[in-house]
Amino acid sequence: MMGRGRLAAWGIGLAALVALPFVYRDPYHLHIMVLILIWSFAYTSWSMMGRFGLVSLGHGGFMGIGAYVTALLWNHLGWSPWIGIPVSMAAAGALALIVGYPCFRFRITGHYFVLVTLALSGIVLQVITATRDYTGGSLGYTPNRAAGNKLWSLQFDDKITWYLIALGVWLFGIVLWHWVDRSMARYALEAISEDEDAAAAAGVDVTAEKLKITLLSALMTALAGALYCQYQMFITPDTVSGIAVSLQMVFAAIVGGLFVSLGPTFGAIITIMLAETLRIGFGTKAVGWDNLVYGVLLVLFIIFLPKGILGSLLDRLKPQRKVPRAHEQEAVQIARPGT
Amino acid sequence: MLEVNGLVKRFGGFTAVNNVSFKVDQGEILGLIGPNGSGKSTIFNMLSGTLAPTSGSILFDGSEIAGLPPHRIINSGIGRTFQIPRPFRRLTIFENVALAGFYGQGRHSRARAEEAAERSLAMVGLPTDRHASVDGLGAAGLKKLELAKALATAPKLLLADESLGGLDEAEMGQAADMLRNIRDELGITIIWVEHIMGVLMRVVDRVMVLDHGEKISEGLPSAVAGDPRVIEVYLGTDAETTQAAAAAARRRAGVQ
Repeated sequence: MMGRGRLAAWGIGLAALVALPFVYRDPYHLHIMVLILIWSFAYTSWSMMGRFGLVSLGHGGFMGIGAYVTALLWNHLGWSPWIGIPVSMAAAGALALIVGYPCFRFRITGHYFVLVTLALSGIVLQVITATRDYTGGSLGYTPNRAAGNKLWSLQFDDKITWYLIALGVWLFGIVLWHWVDRSMARYALEAISEDEDAAAAAGVDVTAEKLKITLLSALMTALAGALYCQYQMFITPDTVSGIAVSLQMVFAAIVGGLFVSLGPTFGAIITIMLAETLRIGFGTKAVGWDNLVYGVLLVLFIIFLPKGILGSLLDRLKPQRKVPRAHEQEAVQIARPGT
Repeated sequence: MLEVNGLVKRFGGFTAVNNVSFKVDQGEILGLIGPNGSGKSTIFNMLSGTLAPTSGSILFDGSEIAGLPPHRIINSGIGRTFQIPRPFRRLTIFENVALAGFYGQGRHSRARAEEAAERSLAMVGLPTDRHASVDGLGAAGLKKLELAKALATAPKLLLADESLGGLDEAEMGQAADMLRNIRDELGITIIWVEHIMGVLMRVVDRVMVLDHGEKISEGLPSAVAGDPRVIEVYLGTDAETTQAAAAAARRRAGVQ
């Protein structure tokens, strides 16, 4: 139930974002904005399931599939990204179901689920590197430049077009987040994350509900990967897949705030600014430093600010915001009587 | 309505439930009693699908439900509560019950789920206010929530698991009356598992007694309460000798 004031704030904010590139045309800053929007969408995709305690380190795998399948289909078979992207999303979705079903059916949860998905990330990275005859291996891969129709090949030279595309996709991710947040599925998933047996006793098909959110999350992540590939026109296994990318998603989502819709976006702003600052300030001397900083910050956030920056800020602004959800108050949770 | 035949559950070499058969008729309240570890909860978990039986059959309304996953059993019209309340603390009281109303009734519509939630909360006497947090509930409140969740799934058969543990005398009486009301007003058949025999005996139509996974007695509360095997199980062998002595005394008195 979004208040009229909030709706108005969203409307004004969006209008400003749409108008921005027509007023302010600095290509470097627009480039950073596009990156932030694409990664925000990827982080939002991760948080779709991450917020329900389904911590996946396999999303680098889904993103890699989105990027590489789209590019490979274009280069080798000449399939337009308009076909390639849905195919790559379907591939990531299928993989999510193949990995997810046995996990959920046999109650692999918590740390064990994290480990299984960690393997998934690693495997996708290895496959991309090993099939270097097709994918270029660790040297990276470039989609062929289109000779003809830009729209058909989804290759645009100007930043404004990309900015608007990225903005649209990002907004789509936020809308999906809210859609899930207001659905009965959220109740079911919150219940599942607390107590699977009790959720089942309320009539919830635990396996199916977990599979649905995992599928949605994987499809969105693959779309983010494909979009990143089309925008950058150059992908390497390390930038779109693998454990590092997965960890980056976890980090950004947690830092920004897992339980608010704009949290992952906030996380993307912070991580990308951090990476850019380090790159510009220290140049090649600082390669990999951002990962070090992520690691330290992640530990600090999990201990001291588990709701993330945006989540904590919003709480501060509106202390009576809704009913506190209990995973935001795990620390003060009273032990169940009788246990 | 429910027909259980030769139900067996083994955990490794341990037989928790051994060849138990019983029937429950429409509109009845069946009490299921027995000491700790006698297999009551295991039977409940098999009826509700949380555990799959090792062997045996469970016919509910004429169809076999043994081994079905819990959500399908819940949707076929069996509701359950847990011995230790298991509320979802990430949801409000209302959301807890609305969740059960939605998924427990075959995911019809949100409106129908919320209607079921309001009805169930009112039935057990909890606030229907949408923002009340679970954290404000005490032991009695949590038991009520547990019951409201089960009722919201619109069950034909309610499995109530030790609903009175941790309550005081007055609360126990209220809870027992509530189960009876649920049967009388909503026509829901009930199987009630309980440690505390006194309250249970007042409300149930029939009692079944378990010990070491086997059925040792079944019948009207008054008859079961006098059954020497039941007394032995509950009070130990000393009681049996006492009982035997009493019976002998009675016989002698009868002879005279």
